[in-house]
Amino acid sequence: MNTKTAERRWILFFISPALVVVLIIILLPLFMSLFNSLFSWRQLIRQDFIGLENFRKVFFTEPYKTRFFNALKNNGLWFIVTMLIQNVGGLLIGYFLSRRVWAHEFYKRVIFIPVLFSIVAVGFLWGLYLSPNGLVNGFLKIVGLPQLTRAWLGDESIATFSIIFVNIWRWIGFPSLVFLAAIDNVPMDCLEAAWLDGATDRRVFFKVILPLIVPSILIITVLTIIGSLNVFEQIYTMAGLDGAPNFSTDTIGTLFYRTAFGSVDSGNPEIGIGSAIGVIIYLLTFLASVASIVVLGKKEIEL
Amino acid sequence: MKKTKWLFVLVIAVLMALPVAAQKTELTFWTWRPEDTEKYEKLLATFEKQNPGITVKISAFKNTEYNTILSAALSGGSGPDVFQSRAYGGLETFAQSGYMESLEKWVPELKNFNKDVLRGAVSIKDGKIYGVPFASQTLFVFYNKQIYEELGLKVPETWDEFLANCAVAKKAGYQALANGGKEGWTLEVMMGSLCPNFYGANDFYDAVVAGKTTFQDPRFVSAIAKLKELTPYMPNLYMGVSYTDMQSAFINEMAAHFIGGSFEAGYFASQNPKLDFGVFPGPTAKKGDPHYVSVYADGNFSMNAASKQKEAAAKLLRFFASKETGDFFIRELQQVSAVPDADTSVSPYITKVLSFQKYSTPYIFLVGFRYNQPTGSTLIQASLQGFLAGKIDAAEVCKQVQEGIATYYEPFKKK
Repeated sequence: MNTKTAERRWILFFISPALVVVLIIILLPLFMSLFNSLFSWRQLIRQDFIGLENFRKVFFTEPYKTRFFNALKNNGLWFIVTMLIQNVGGLLIGYFLSRRVWAHEFYKRVIFIPVLFSIVAVGFLWGLYLSPNGLVNGFLKIVGLPQLTRAWLGDESIATFSIIFVNIWRWIGFPSLVFLAAIDNVPMDCLEAAWLDGATDRRVFFKVILPLIVPSILIITVLTIIGSLNVFEQIYTMAGLDGAPNFSTDTIGTLFYRTAFGSVDSGNPEIGIGSAIGVIIYLLTFLASVASIVVLGKKEIEL
Repeated sequence: MKKTKWLFVLVIAVLMALPVAAQKTELTFWTWRPEDTEKYEKLLATFEKQNPGITVKISAFKNTEYNTILSAALSGGSGPDVFQSRAYGGLETFAQSGYMESLEKWVPELKNFNKDVLRGAVSIKDGKIYGVPFASQTLFVFYNKQIYEELGLKVPETWDEFLANCAVAKKAGYQALANGGKEGWTLEVMMGSLCPNFYGANDFYDAVVAGKTTFQDPRFVSAIAKLKELTPYMPNLYMGVSYTDMQSAFINEMAAHFIGGSFEAGYFASQNPKLDFGVFPGPTAKKGDPHYVSVYADGNFSMNAASKQKEAAAKLLRFFASKETGDFFIRELQQVSAVPDADTSVSPYITKVLSFQKYSTPYIFLVGFRYNQPTGSTLIQASLQGFLAGKIDAAEVCKQVQEGIATYYEPFKKK
C-alpha cells in the first residue's frame, strides 16, 4: 500500500508541470469561451446571460446560418480531398519507399522537406506562384497549355482546391513517413508466409499489410479530421480573412476569427457569436475524433 | 548605528528623486503605421521640445493585427495613453466598451473641425467625440500622365470618354486598368470611386440611410451594373489580381489607370519617383454634371479612458489637433490632413484632392453601414467578387446587400 501511494505521488509529481500548462493554456480558455458564448456582448463588454441564444443564432438565423454552413461545407471538402489525395498518396509513397525503390533514401528526404517549412512562408510563396502572372501559369504557357491558365486563387470554383493542393504539397511527406515506418514494422515472417503461399504483391498489400497498419491509418485519419476542422493559416495567408473570393474559401476557422475579432476592412467583433463558433469547432473535433477511433479501432488486428 | 545612517541616506535619496520623477512623464503612443514610425518620431520630437518634461514612447503594430492587439490591451486594463483609432464602426467598438475618453473638454480645437470629417470620430450611440481626426480619404481615379501624353488622350469627363480612353490604352498594349478583384476591399473602393455619380450621390445616400429606399433601388442596381463594363479593360485573369499586383502594375507604368484612394499617392511617389501621375474624379453620365467623390475619415487619435496621465495625454492630443501636425501630414505623409487650417499649398496633389471634395458624398458602406455584422462592406465586397467573376448579376448583388443589412438595420425592418 505504501509503495503504491508513493508511486502515485511520483506519477503526480511528473505529470503536474505538463498538467498545469494544459490546464492554463488549453482547458481554461476552452471553458472561458464556453462561458463567453452564453452571454450577450456590447462590443468588447460582456452583458447579460442569454443561455444558448448565440448557438441558436449560428445554426438557425440569417446571416450566421448561411456563413456557418458554407464554411462547414468547405471544411468537409478539405477533409474529403485530403483523405483521398494526401493520405492515399502518402500510403502509396510509403509503400513504394518500403519496397526500396531506386534512390528511395533520396526521395524520402525530398518528400519530407516541405513538412519542415513554415506554413506562413509556404502560403505566401505559393500565393505568388499561383497569381495570374506567377510561376504556375508561366509554366503552363511554356509547355504549350495556355488554355489551362487560371486565376487559381481568384476563381470561386477552384480557389479552395488550389489551397488544399498547396497544403497537400506541404504535408504529404508526413503521412508518407508514418506509413513507411508502419509498413517497415510489419513482421517479415508474415510477409514471407504470404509469399510462400503464392500471394501476389497486390494481395499481400490489401490482405496482410493494410490490416496490420490500421493503427497508423487511425492516427493519420484523426490528425486529418483535426487538421481539416482547424484549417486557418493556409486560408489566411493565401485568400485572406474574408474567405475571398465571395466566401468560397471560408472555413469555420476563418469565420470564427472574423466573427470574434473582426477584420480590418469589413467588420466589428461579435465575441458572443465568435465564442459559440469556437465551442462548436471544439465539439466537432472531439466528436469526429472519438467516432473515427471507435470505428477504425474495431478494424484493428492483434498479432 | 551604521545601519540607521545608511537608511537615512537612502530616505533622503528617495525624497530627492521623487520630485524629479514627478516632473518627468512618459506617454505611450500606438500606431498601425510601422512604415511611418520614423516620421512620427520626428513629429513627436517637436512635441517633446514644446512640452519639456513629457516624453512620448511610440509603438507600431501591423495594420491587420492592430485591432486585436489594442482590444486585448485595453480590455486587460492597460494599453497606451494615446493611440490611433479607427473611424466609424471601428471607433464604436472601443467607445461603447468604455475604453475611450470623450474629448470635448480636453481638446477645445475640435470645434473648428469639418463636421463631415468629425463624423468618423463620433459615437452614434451617445453623440460624443472620441478622437481627433487625422486625415480624410477621397476615392477617385489615378492616371499615368506619360501614357496619356504618348497616346494623345484627354482627361475624361464622361463615362463614355473614360471607356474610350481605356480602349485606346488597351490597344496600345497597356493594361487599361490596374484593378483586380482578389481582395474584396479593392472592389469596394472601385464601387466608391465610380458609382456615386450613377446612383445619385447624396440624394440616394440620405434616402437609404433613412430607410426611405433600399439598395434594390433601380438607381443603385444600374450603378453597380456599370462596373461590369470595365471588365474588358481589367488585367488578364483579373479575379486573381491582388492589391500588390495592382500597385506594382501602376508603379511600373504598365497600367494607364488605377482606381483607388488618396492614400495611394505617398506610396506611388516613394516607390517610383519618376512616375508622373494625375488624378480625376469618377466620370459622369453627362458632360457638365458635377463629379461626386466618396469621402471618409481615415482615423483618429484617441485617449485611453484608463490613462493615469490624462493631462499630459490631452496636451499630446491638442498637439495632434494643431496646425503643426496638419502640416506634417501633408508634407511628410502626403495625406489630406483633417486639421482645418493646415497649409495645403506645399502639395499641388492635395490641393487638387481638396478641390474634388467640393462635391463629396459619404463612402456609403463605410460611413453608413459598418456598425453591425454583417457590415455593408462585407456584403458588397463578397457579392462584387461574385458579380465581376460573372457568377451573379447586379440585381442579385443588391439583393444580397439589402437582405444582409436588413437583418439588423432598423430603418429597413419597417419596410
